[in-house]
Amino acid sequence: MDATLRRIDRVRHATPSVQSQRGLREFASDRPELARPPKARYILNHMVQYSGARLDASFAALSDPTRRGVLEQLGRSDASITDLAAKFHMTLTGMKKHVGVLEHAGLVTTEKVGRVRTCRLGPRRLEHEAAWLERYRRLWAARFDALDEVIEEMKNKEKA
Amino acid sequence: MKNPTTVERKSERELVVTRVFDGPARVVFEAWTKPELLMRWWAPKSIGASLVSCEVDARSGGTYRFVFAHGDSKMEFFGKYLEVTPCSRLVWTNDEAGDAGSVTTVTFEEKDGKTLLVMRELYPSKEALDAAGMGAAEGMRETFTQLDELLVALRDS
Repeated sequence: MDATLRRIDRVRHATPSVQSQRGLREFASDRPELARPPKARYILNHMVQYSGARLDASFAALSDPTRRGVLEQLGRSDASITDLAAKFHMTLTGMKKHVGVLEHAGLVTTEKVGRVRTCRLGPRRLEHEAAWLERYRRLWAARFDALDEVIEEMKNKEKA
Repeated sequence: MKNPTTVERKSERELVVTRVFDGPARVVFEAWTKPELLMRWWAPKSIGASLVSCEVDARSGGTYRFVFAHGDSKMEFFGKYLEVTPCSRLVWTNDEAGDAGSVTTVTFEEKDGKTLLVMRELYPSKEALDAAGMGAAEGMRETFTQLDELLVALRDS
């Protein structure tokens, strides 16, 4: 019922708000899964961690068509530097440089196992998901705040 | 102070939304199943779209159809109620997305006059959930498009 609203919501960018877990605690005693540290706080921390320097690095990293191609490729599957060099018709040294720039910007992480260095999308990928979840949460929070008023009115009517 | 709304991606295919309401389950359930009440909260002003019609037949096997207006465009959302258990449980399908549509389960749990609402949205696959929201790949593409536009603008200025 709300996929399109999510689509609409995607266009709107508001600032995240901090939420306490107060209301859930009353239910948490017999529902242990509700007593966990809130995911919302994690999301918020991630969003706040954007710094100017980080954005500059991302911007520089993304300004190159080969590096954008590498990210799209890694979006489909992890790959070694050798694979990437072959795919983009480059020398190993050239590809290492590109991956280094992407890694510096936090867009890619690499891990060396034996003689092979594997590249995958980095923590920024998580931030995309975190930002989307936060917008989704805000959509439902807005609905539920409006629902509070409806419930309040229904309760008053019952009393009368 | 409003009660907090939490969202968690429970698995690759599932999102879970949780909220406590200051009223009995009977009242909260009614607000989820009567069209004239749904109309009043499903599209609050801040979401930027208005609900122009809302047909709801909240019975197991019944259907619903919501029509939203956003600027000049209209969007329809429709599906079928798989289960309606008064005051405690609602399950419906989201059919506008075809095979990629999710199944939504809402449970109402009352305690001391308050209601804990848990809404689960289960997608047929990780890909369907990513596509419905903003999957990493799609987000990347959007970022690239925006950056491309920005770079062109910078070059031309």
